[in-house]
This record gives sequence, C-alpha cells and structure tokens, in this order.
Amino acid sequence: MTNHWVDIKNADVVLIMGGNAAEAHPCGFKWVVEAKAHNKARLIVVDPRFTRSASVADLYVPIRPGTDIVFLGGVINYLLSNDAIQHEYVNNYTDLSFIVREDYAFADGLYSGYDADKHKYDRSTWDYERGPDGFVKSDPTLQHPRTVFNLMKQHYARYTPDMVASACGSPQDKFLEVCKLLASTSTPTRAATIMYALGWTQHSVGSQMIRTGAMVQLLLGNIGVAGGGMNALRGHSNIQGLTDLGLLSNLLPGYMTLPSQAEQDYAAYIAARALKPLRPNQMSYWQNYNRFFVSLMKSWWGAAATADNHWGYDYLPKLDKSYDMLQTFEMMTEGKVNGYLCQGFNPLAAAPNKAQMTAALSKLKFLVIMDPLATETSEFWRNFGEHNDVDAALIETEVFRLPTTCFAEEDGAMVSSARWLQWHWKGVEPPGESKSDISIMAGLYTRIRRLYETDGGAVPEPVVKLSWPYARPAEPTPEELAREYNGKALADVFDPKDPTKVLRKAGEQLAGFGELREDGSTSSGCWIYCGAWTEAGNLMARRDNSDPTGIGQSRNWAWSWPANRRVMYNRASCDPAGKPFNPARSLVSWNGKAWGGVDVPDFKADEDPAGGMGPFIMNPEGVARFFARGGMAEGPFPEHYEPFESPLGYNPLHPKEPRSTQNPAARIFKRDREALGKVDAFPHVATTYRLTEHFHYWTKHVRLNAVMQPEQFVEIGEVLAKDLGVKAGDRVRVSSNRGFIKAVAVVTKRIKPMTIEGKTVHTVGIPIHWGFKGVAKPGFLANTLTPVVGDANSQTPEFKAFLVKVERI
Amino acid sequence: MALQSLDIKQRSATTTSPPGVRAEATVELAKLIDTTKCIGCKACQTACMEWNDLRDEVGDCNGTYDNPRDLTAESWTVMRFAEYENPKGDLEWLIRKDGCMHCADPGCLKACPSPGAIVQYANGIVDFHEEHCIGCGYCIAGCPFDVPRISKKDNKAYKCTLCSDRVAVGLEPACVKTCPTGAITFGTKQQMQHDAAERVVDLKSRGFENAGLYDPAGVGGTHVMYVLHHADQPGLYNGLPERPHVSAMVRLWKGAAKPLALGGLLVAALAGWLNYVRVGPKEADADDERAAERAKERTDG
Amino acid sequence: MADRIPAPDLLPRHATRERLLHWLVAVAFVFAAASGLALFHPALFFLTNLLGGGPWSALLHPFVGLAMALAFGLFALPLWELNRLTAGDRIWLDRLRDVVDNRDERLPEAGKYNAGQKVLYIATVACVALLLLSGLLLWRRYFSGFFAVGVVRFAAVVHALAAFVLVFATIVHVAAAVWVKGSIRAMTLGTVTLGWAYKHHRAWFREMTRPSSGR
Repeated sequence: MTNHWVDIKNADVVLIMGGNAAEAHPCGFKWVVEAKAHNKARLIVVDPRFTRSASVADLYVPIRPGTDIVFLGGVINYLLSNDAIQHEYVNNYTDLSFIVREDYAFADGLYSGYDADKHKYDRSTWDYERGPDGFVKSDPTLQHPRTVFNLMKQHYARYTPDMVASACGSPQDKFLEVCKLLASTSTPTRAATIMYALGWTQHSVGSQMIRTGAMVQLLLGNIGVAGGGMNALRGHSNIQGLTDLGLLSNLLPGYMTLPSQAEQDYAAYIAARALKPLRPNQMSYWQNYNRFFVSLMKSWWGAAATADNHWGYDYLPKLDKSYDMLQTFEMMTEGKVNGYLCQGFNPLAAAPNKAQMTAALSKLKFLVIMDPLATETSEFWRNFGEHNDVDAALIETEVFRLPTTCFAEEDGAMVSSARWLQWHWKGVEPPGESKSDISIMAGLYTRIRRLYETDGGAVPEPVVKLSWPYARPAEPTPEELAREYNGKALADVFDPKDPTKVLRKAGEQLAGFGELREDGSTSSGCWIYCGAWTEAGNLMARRDNSDPTGIGQSRNWAWSWPANRRVMYNRASCDPAGKPFNPARSLVSWNGKAWGGVDVPDFKADEDPAGGMGPFIMNPEGVARFFARGGMAEGPFPEHYEPFESPLGYNPLHPKEPRSTQNPAARIFKRDREALGKVDAFPHVATTYRLTEHFHYWTKHVRLNAVMQPEQFVEIGEVLAKDLGVKAGDRVRVSSNRGFIKAVAVVTKRIKPMTIEGKTVHTVGIPIHWGFKGVAKPGFLANTLTPVVGDANSQTPEFKAFLVKVERI
Repeated sequence: MALQSLDIKQRSATTTSPPGVRAEATVELAKLIDTTKCIGCKACQTACMEWNDLRDEVGDCNGTYDNPRDLTAESWTVMRFAEYENPKGDLEWLIRKDGCMHCADPGCLKACPSPGAIVQYANGIVDFHEEHCIGCGYCIAGCPFDVPRISKKDNKAYKCTLCSDRVAVGLEPACVKTCPTGAITFGTKQQMQHDAAERVVDLKSRGFENAGLYDPAGVGGTHVMYVLHHADQPGLYNGLPERPHVSAMVRLWKGAAKPLALGGLLVAALAGWLNYVRVGPKEADADDERAAERAKERTDG
Repeated sequence: MADRIPAPDLLPRHATRERLLHWLVAVAFVFAAASGLALFHPALFFLTNLLGGGPWSALLHPFVGLAMALAFGLFALPLWELNRLTAGDRIWLDRLRDVVDNRDERLPEAGKYNAGQKVLYIATVACVALLLLSGLLLWRRYFSGFFAVGVVRFAAVVHALAAFVLVFATIVHVAAAVWVKGSIRAMTLGTVTLGWAYKHHRAWFREMTRPSSGR
C-alpha cells in the first residue's frame, strides 16, 4: 500500500478492482465502510462476479476476467478526453511533459525492440530524450508530439467506451458512471483510492494492470494524498514482510536486487543501481544504494565482509536466470532438482497445474516440509481416491515432515499491507514436538556449517563466515533478529556535515537508514526496516492509537517502513509551493524552514520547495512515470493482451496480429504451452478466488471454518445452469486441458453471461479452499485446472482467467 | 439477584411479580445490525461459536452460501443470503444475520410452561435458562421469528443469549466485538435508534428511499434491530416477518384460557361435591331391590 | 378371559376386558392430565413432580397420552352403538334439573347408559381424538418440525381446549360415580345389584332380566 488501511476512511471514492476486499480483507474493509458512513464516500466494485464487496457497493460493474487494462485504459482515455485531470499535480509531479526518444515505436500491439523468437524486448528505445546537459528534455507546453502526454493520449485513444463494452463486456452506462465518479476526484480536495489484490497480480499482464491503475491515480492527483493511493491488499498476514525481506529468488532485502551473471564487477553493480538524477536538483534516493548494500553485507558476514571481498559481494550468487517458483518446478519436472525444502508453502495446492506439480515432486529424491499442518504437499504421494489419484508405489521421493509453530505460538513482527511492522506476542505454547522456523533453520545452519568446517567443500566461505552472533546459536530469538535487521553502528558514526560530531556510538542501534554508511561502519539486515528497533527500544511494539488530527494518522502505533512514514510520496499532497492541496486532510506541509505535519515527510526535511525537487524521490526524474521506460517487461505503456487461455483467441485491439494476442514478453515453457486449452473444447471462462470463511488451504483443518463453508463448490450463473440442466446443489464436473474437479454447483444471479465481441461468454467461479487433507469435506485442489504461465515481470501465475468446461454429472 | 444489569423483568410460567424496586436502575440495551454494512463474512457466527463453546456439525453445501443452513441448538446465529433484482434491474445481495430478536414482548416466554426457564432481564435480554428447560418446545411455537431450537443431545431449548454473561459484566456481545465492518453495534436502545436514524439519512442519499429501522411494534419493539435498505419489504431479507407479533393463538392459549379453564374445572369439581352434599347420594334402597326382585321373578315366571 | 358367573341377585355390568381397559385409561389419564395441567398453568406446575419433575413430565406426557388414547380407543369403540342418543335421551336431557336434584322418578327409563353418560361418552371420544391429533402436532421431538408454526399454534389451542373439556367431563364422571352409589363396584367387580339396575337403568334391567336375554 502506498497509504494505509486507516487512511482509506479519508477517501471520497473507493474503487475495488482486481480484489474483493470485503471477502478477503474483511478487517481492513471496515475503513471502506467508515469512508462510506462518515465521509460520504462512494464505493465502486468492478469484478467478474457480484462479490461480497459488491454487496455494499454503490456501483457494481461486471467485467470479463483479464480485461482490466481495457477498462482502465478506457478510464485514462475518458480522463484525458474530458480534461478531468489534476493539472497542477500532473504538470509538476509526473513525466507528462518529458520527451520520448524518437526511435521509440508502438504498432500492432508491439513496442520497438521486440524479439519474437525469445519473447523478449530490447528495451533501450523505451526512454526519454536527453539534452546536452545530460538531463531529460521536456516541453512544459505539452505541444511536442513526443511528450509522454501526447504519446499516452494517442495510445489510449483506442480504448473507447465501445471497446470497453465489447472487450470487457461491461455495460457502457455503468462504465461511464465509473469514469465520472473517478473524475470527480481530479479536484485537489477530493481523493479516490484503488484497492486491489490477486485479482490483478494473478494475470499474465498483472503488473501492467496495476500500473494502469496507478496511471489513473496519477492523472487524478491521487498518489501521496490522504484518502488516495494504490493500495495492494496483501494476502498472507506477513506476505508484505516476505517481499520486504527479499524472499524472492532475484531479490535482496529492502528491494535491492541480486546481481546477474554478467555483473561480476562490484562497482558496475552499484553504479547500475545508484542512479544519478535525470533532472536538475533531484534527490534520486537510490544513489545511496551502496550504503544499504554494504550495511546488509556487514549484517550477513560481519567482520568477514571487507573492502577486499567487496563487502561480501563476491560471496553472493550471480543469477544466470530467474529462479522463480514456475522455473524451479519446471526444473524439478526435468529432474534437475534433487531436494526441496518447502517452508510454509503448500505448492501442490498453491502452484498451477497440480498434475504437473505431482510429476515434479515425484522426481525429487527428498522433500522437507516445514509446516504447522499436514499439508497436501506433504502427502502428495498418497492416494486419496479421485481427489489425489496417484500410485504411491511409483513415487520414490522421501518426505520429511518438520512440524513448525504457527504465528500465534511465537513472538515477532508481522508486516501488514500498510507496511506496518507490528510486534506480536505468543498466545499459547506450541504443541507437541513443533519448533519455530527460526529454530529449525538455525539447527540446519549450524549443522551444515560444522560439515563445511570438518569436511570442507566448494566455496565454504559464505557459509562458515556467516555472522551468527546469537546468544544461543541453535535458537536465535525474534528480538535478536529484529535488532539485527534494524542495524547498529559497528564503529562510531559521524555527522557528514560536522565530522567531529558523533551521531551514533559504536554498538548502538541505528535510528534510521539516514545513518547507514558505505564504509562498513554500520550494519542493517534490511535498510527499509532501519528505525524499527532503535536505542529507544522496540518501536514495533507501540500501541498508542492517538490520532491528533482525526485523519487516522497514528504515528505511535507500531512502526511503518520507511522511516515510520504512513503515506508514501506525501510531499505530493502539497502544491509546488508546499501548501496542502486539501488543508482538511493535511499530511505534511512546508512551514518556510522545514517540512512537517502529522506524517513523516517523504522528502528532504529542509528542502525549500522553490528548488523544484520532485516528490517521487526514489525516481531519478524526481517525478512519477506514466512512461515506465525500461521498468516493465512488456512495454512502457500498459497494453491489453488476452489471457493465455482466451475465449476469443485474438486480441480485440489487434485482431490481425497473432503475436500480440497474449503478452508478447511472457515466458511460457514448451510443456506448459502445449497444455493450454482452446475455446472450442473449453468454452467457459474460469476464475479462481478465496472466500471469507477460509484462509487459503489452512483453515479447512479448523472445525469452525469447516462448519462455515464445509464443502467445495463452484459458482455458475443462472443462464449457464439452465443451459446445462443444473440446479443449485447439483454436482458438476469442471475440466480444463490439465485436469478436472467435481464440486457442488452454486447457481447464482451474481454471475451473468457477457457479450464479448458479439459472442456470449459464461464465467465460472472456482473458490480454492478445499483439498484432500483437513476436517472440511474432502475436495479437489482447484489448481488441478490452472495453467502454468506467469506475469512477464513477477512470474505470478495466471489463476484469474483460463478456460474450462462445466458439465453436469 | 446477582447482577443489577441482570435484574429480572419477566419470568416464564410465573404468576407473581418480579423484583420491581430497582426497575429504573437498568437501561434497555440493544444490538443494531446494519444489513447495509454487513458483508456476510460470518465472523459473528464464529465468534458466537467460540464464546459459547458451540461446535455444530460440518455440514454440506446445498448450492448456497448459507452454512450452517439454519439455526440449530449449536448455531445461535446464521447469515441468510438473498439475491434480489431491484426494479431498476440492479442486483442486490441482501445478507441478514438471523438470530433471536430479544422482543420486548417475547412470545417464547409467554409460551414457556416451566417457571424461570425463560427470563427477560431489565436490560431487555431474553435469556433461556436451560437448567429449568423441560424440552417441551412451546417456545418454538411461541416465537414469531422461528428462533429457538431444541437440542437433540440434551432436549433443551437454545438460542442467542445476547451474550448475557458478557453484557452482565459490561462487555458487548461476542458478535459485536468481532464484527470487522462495524455492521453490528451495541449500546442503549436509545443510542442504537439514534445511530440507525443517521444511517437511514445516508442510505436515502444513496437512493434507498425506503431505508429504515426494523424495530417491530407488534412484539413491543426488539432489542436486536436491523437497519434495512428496504424497510418497506422486510420479507426480501429471507422472509423477515413484516408485522411480527405474538400469535393470537398463543395469546389465547397462554392468556385468557389459563384462568378460565382452571376456574371452570374448580367450579365443576366444587359444584359436584356441593350438590352431593345438598341432595345426597343416588342410591338404590331396599324398596328398589325388592321391586327389582319382583320384576325379575315376573319375567322369570 | 373368562368372566365369573355372578350371583343370582346381581347383574353383570362391565366385562373384565372393559374394566381393565377402563382402569388403564384412568391411570393414564391421571398422569397425562396431571402433567398436562402442570404445563398448562403455572399454579399446577407442582404436578410435574408426579412424573418425576418438569423434563420427565414433558418427555412422558405425550407417551402417556398416546397410551391413554390407544387404551381408550380399545375401550370405547365397542361401546359406540350403545351410546347413540335416542328420543328418550332428549327428554332425559331436558330434565337435567331433576337429575341434579335427585328426582330420578321423573326421568324416563334409561338403557345401559343414560343420556348423561352418552353425552359424556361422545364428548370423551371427541376430546381424546382431538387430543391425539393435536398432541401429535405438538410433539416437538418427532412431529412438530413437519408442520407450519401456525398449525402447531392452532394445535396448542385445540389441545388445551380438548383437554379442558375432557378434564371437565372426567370431573363430572367421577362425581357421578361417587354420587350414584353402587356404580364403582360396576367398574371394579363388574356387577351391579338388581336394585341398582332397576333404579338407574330400568330399561337395561328389563332387557337383562328378559328370558331371551341369554343369561
């Protein structure tokens, strides 16, 4: 979230799209209810199904799964055509006036630089034009034909209300109502928030859907203001923490990145990331990358991280390719993976195409499961009738199950969607032989280190030299780890303005990432968390909910990264002179000498606004980008591409160009491409989702949740049900090209047939929560049906739009 | 009387007055369920099961979201989902948390034959005391909302207590505590009516012209009230009664019939006895026996 | 079972089967009525103690009632013909005042059952039938769930009303048995004296003493 849960109450318009906050985030949804009840907010829900969120919405608009870019592109077109944009905001705080390179091109759904064989772009032409001073050229009059403004206008001119109606199936009058409501927030005193979740991320163009939403918000001046923002609702309670700490195959903590194989040179690695400003007097905060990086390396390898080994850079693996989940399982299927440590993850249920997942796991020599529950993955080899029809005799994988504690049985911090690190205390002692994940990992590490020490091995240094400063090496405490990721001074840290002044004495906890140094005198396990546990103690454990101005800014409740800042880009809530656009909901402002307010300014604290520094300090431009430059795999402006299993088989925007039917930059393995189904055999559009009554595949192990939603079902509309001769409560079989499930049919008015490009398309809703383990009625894993193809940037699988066939049993 | 807030106002099958000296000490409380804020998440159902230590059966799906499908002795509240297409052609998903309404004039209490098995506290809560319940099921016949259920396990009647145990010590009911959207609130009945009025204004501004509070006068008002988008058509919400009242049959059965019948029987017994005392027995005397002998001999002749 | 041959100065009034059934009905009635009245009026709730307390009363009442209805059916159905009202019965009923005041000589001759007994019989049959039907509807454990709540409420009123009439009738019945001396032996020993029959049921007496009566 750029903003935070409580701040949603400040919104005037709430758009829930690509998510179902009431269903999946009912507790946070209270702030939407609050906005409606006490801020007269209007709630819009755009979803393939009339959801629980829609049940309390002022306006519900149906949409065909996977066409959100068409819808939002249509909104952009509307806002630009009707001049419903926040001019002062976009002119000053975005790249609207910047001029794009002449060799940048877009035609037939493809951008310049496309390599059709590799399904990849050379992104070098996707950039701004530079002036002789090295800075980006701009035309504040917006007359130049290659300003971002004109290119964007041209790009989205094709996204007409007719195209929205035809491609998305959304009724035009409802679509225009959405446009009008959103446009009403282009005035400086009104704000709209967008709430989204896996309904956007789980598409082959998921990242671009989110970007399109962000572009709408930028046009309306809704980023950085109270009641605005792009608010990603994270699914697992600590999944925000997972990404923050870089638990993805290509990331380091704090959104730093692992080097690629080509980046053997440390200086070049840093230079490519410590970006110099692209406009005069811009902050370009990533210039401090080396401070964050060296401090991380000092935290990992302590005294062993020295200038000689580039602070441990030499110990880091250099990636030859991404090792994301889909890639790893592909390698497993190919027999290239021997063992798999599966920690807090149930891939048989959570990964696409269960049959292939079973095949992949069957190729392993050993599989270690660390989980509080007896997951499906841990018994993938056991026959559970038609729900898991495998022959155990043919599977040789040895499975070890290590029972872990669950969140309620341990202390620690969890990071909410709002970026708040909230410390929690254990509620009960863990049962039986379960151990915390920390303790299991520490046990593994200390044993492996001993093996390296006694038996040696290739490149032992990264393991044997790892800093392990915990009082009980086999049992690091959450407190020790928290202090470690905050970071401390390893030597006295001096004030750069006055080198005689000691800011932080050796051994003290650091107060914030401003104190990090590139000379090895500081350590921090995750720079964005620096400030969470300072000399003042554990700030994550704070529970003061006082709210001085009544806009939900409780700065002394827990601790929010970065720097306890609650609303990111909050400098953009003020006009260029530093006065709040909306004084009634002021976050920060310039008082003539410094920035201050109820939030921590996302800006240089003493920077005079007259200097023209932009509010988007992480970008070298200092402003927000409509034109993503090389930041996205499939192009600088989001373009609609059909899901990999499309009911049309062509892209309505480019009916004649098969290369741009689906995301041209998406990676799909041969086996998985062959497993895709076609509309003639699988005529129904399926989308998977979660229900309030359950949490993923966990709560089917819990009696109370099982009572609330006992049995697997799928949702179909009344028209399709009639066509199939199915009544509510009948059992149906849903098959894709990869397998089938059987479930009870919920026949509902909440899913209606849509007319897409003149053709009737039925949507089938498939809740995911059942499986062959637990106390709820046994069922099929929904991912038996789903295709193995991910978003081109994040490789998040396309669970939200694929093809199936529903039949009566 | 252990707790002042649980002073008893009415007690089933009891003909004498409850303690009345402190009648004004406790204010009437109410739970307000705002169906327009409710997302049907069933957290209230779970909280109810947890607080009251209830574990219903793991049932099955019958093609709706309603689980458990109905109120049971182990499910004191359930969500009822209704899909309604309004005259404008827009779909509305009307979700109602069903359970005891805690009527000011409770039909269950009126019907209950067991002294003290059903009580109404001064704060308005209607509570079942299962230790006095005899399992006859009259409360079910008496209830205008079809709420009480008899357990198959122990043959006692159960329903929502409005968490009388929590309320007695100044806490809100478990469902209120847990409701994530604030759709369920709890306070004095007056405050809840005030809050509801505020909600109605907001709803009218959103085009729900018939929004209103459901606090039916037919049962003297309730201590569980609903804010409805369509207060003119409560039946849309899975058959919420439009004009609930204690049935005339129940009033007759447990009202006038009681003293009249009892009186009638007493009078009959007394009259029989007094007449006996007055006129003496009907007895065949020696004359009759002789006459009978004679008559018999004649015929035997 | 064989009926004893009565002495010559006695007339057989009720066969053994009849007497046994009558007393079964009577015992069942006492328990059903006590538990029923206990649930009907709080002032009589103490009567639940007769069946072991409230829950036992509620549990047993329908079973006892069912037993009573069955026994009563067996008892009463063979008596159907004997209890048809005749022209003479109407005169008897018109002269109820004479009945009450013990001026029996002014009453028409009665058959085996006089008009009062017949009315009682009819009322009892009707009440037991109604109680049985409404009782089944009210039997929460097995049946109530199958019926609309309105029907159950109606059944409750019918049950209460029928029970009232039945108890009322029974009070009259018992009062009459106490009042008309020599009656109780009819239902205990099975016989009445000739004089008793002659006085209270003269038409029956004649019938019984006719040679063709088959004695």
